[in-house]
Amino acid sequence: MADKVLMKGNEAIGEAAIQAGCQCFFGYPITPQTEVAAYMSRRMPKVGRVFLQAESEVAAINMVYGAAGSGVRVMTSSSSPGISLKQEGISYIAGAELPCVIINIVRGGPGLGGIQPAQSDYFQATKGGGHGDYRLVVYAPSSVQEMVDLVQEAFDVADIYRNPVMVMGDGMLGQMMEPVEFKERSSRQIPSKDGWATTGLRGRKEHHIINSLFLKPEELEMHNEKLRKKYAEIEEKEVKYEMYNCDGDLDLVIVSYGTISRICKNVVKMLAKEGLKIGLIRPITLWPFPKKAFEEVVDRTKYGFLSVELSCGQMVEDVKLAVNGRKPVSFFGRSGGMVPSPTEIANKVKKIVGGAR
Amino acid sequence: MDSRIRVFTGHFGSGKTEISINYALKLSKQGKKVAIADLDIVNPYFCTRDEAKMLKENGIRVIATSKDLANAELGVIPSETVSVFNDKSYDVVLDVGGDDQGAVALGQYNRYFKEEDYDMYFVINTTRPFTNNIEGIIEYIKDIEAASRLKVKYLINNTNLSYETDINHIVKGQKIIKEVSNITNIPIRYVTVMEDLVDKLPDSIEGEILPLKLFMIPPWRRFDA
Repeated sequence: MADKVLMKGNEAIGEAAIQAGCQCFFGYPITPQTEVAAYMSRRMPKVGRVFLQAESEVAAINMVYGAAGSGVRVMTSSSSPGISLKQEGISYIAGAELPCVIINIVRGGPGLGGIQPAQSDYFQATKGGGHGDYRLVVYAPSSVQEMVDLVQEAFDVADIYRNPVMVMGDGMLGQMMEPVEFKERSSRQIPSKDGWATTGLRGRKEHHIINSLFLKPEELEMHNEKLRKKYAEIEEKEVKYEMYNCDGDLDLVIVSYGTISRICKNVVKMLAKEGLKIGLIRPITLWPFPKKAFEEVVDRTKYGFLSVELSCGQMVEDVKLAVNGRKPVSFFGRSGGMVPSPTEIANKVKKIVGGAR
Repeated sequence: MDSRIRVFTGHFGSGKTEISINYALKLSKQGKKVAIADLDIVNPYFCTRDEAKMLKENGIRVIATSKDLANAELGVIPSETVSVFNDKSYDVVLDVGGDDQGAVALGQYNRYFKEEDYDMYFVINTTRPFTNNIEGIIEYIKDIEAASRLKVKYLINNTNLSYETDINHIVKGQKIIKEVSNITNIPIRYVTVMEDLVDKLPDSIEGEILPLKLFMIPPWRRFDA
């Protein structure tokens, strides 16, 4: 076992990517994720790989497009406004079925917003930030260690499905320091890229062509259908979530992801002392959304569900879809970089369930 | 004797801010008139300025970016900072941002440092990836000295693994830092340790023990249930 090290979330992203075999990093600085690029700029040349600070986010994502087309593991990183700029490129990458990893360390929005932590890019990440019928696999770690594990997983999943994968954390996760371990991990079975990567003809007659343009409607529809089947398979196989304190009969279940879920765990413990049985569902994949977690608890949760977010209410829509009218769904959120205290959240829970037991 | 002006530098994430805050509180408890200046232009989160209220309540003058500019993407250093060099009635703690980029902020005060002696500390945590060996640490010392145009006078062993720290981390860190000290001729002045681990440190350890209370903690640990 390797010694644990103390790292900022943003640095840990960089190291996790390097250890996952990331060959190229293209980025552009923006608070609160600049340390990702800073770390890569220091480390990538030392291990003989490519670090390039692009002239803009648009340039960076198109460099990712090119590198991904050649079959190497590639990553870019930004924060909310920068991720908006990358959307056209992300759509092209998804359309051309190329693997890559995109990091979004979310700050408050809309517009330039502010640099403090937020979760207000949920819609953008999970509902298609760019144009067209495509999906991103979106991971939402809640600790620096989980960030490391999911960045490595993200590279595998991107390669397996030939699709861009996003790892999304709020600014707090990027900036805070925690002990981490880079474990020896067994990579999943990765399909060969020889059949499509643009690495030269190598004796073949046919060129490999990276393309997202289909002028014939019949062909584009076929392509979209192929993607749809792929996304259905991802929904089937790649869902990740944590259920905390969800056994037996429950008064209410909090749904929360990322760092805020750690505050919600404290709320669960606090309210247990007051005789309330509160569970927590923590989606780890935001897309595919963990609908089956809700199936497990919906019938034994008396007062329904409370979505707690650092936004004005985005994930709550997916919670409603998962619950499908069977129980009430409420929302509590702070935004703009404001982080709620456990007491604030506990008061909201008590209001729904009608006070302590 | 200690200089009136203490400058805390080090690799980014080495623990300068926690030490600066604890050091300022320590000076204040000794009955001194203390000013702490937040010169961190690198970090957007977890800064001395976040603890301004607590520091002021302890009678410490806090010089930091005003609240309305604290979240600007480019760090701002208030013009008021210069007063700590002129008003010699203060004992001064300068919390400098990480790495050579952070140390650049000191350059503008060079003429004051030429006029008056200062103690520049270099904070080291050997569980941080770039400062886990002798060469890495010495590289950072050189970079920071060049960027700040100042000389490091003392080393601080701040080796820790956050909430997973045990005595072995500190002892292991001390061994590496001792070698740095031998090579550079810069003495180890302090060894930091969480208050509850003070008794477990070996007596023979070089440097004065500086017990720490932590302030830069995320919200879920602040309100632990």
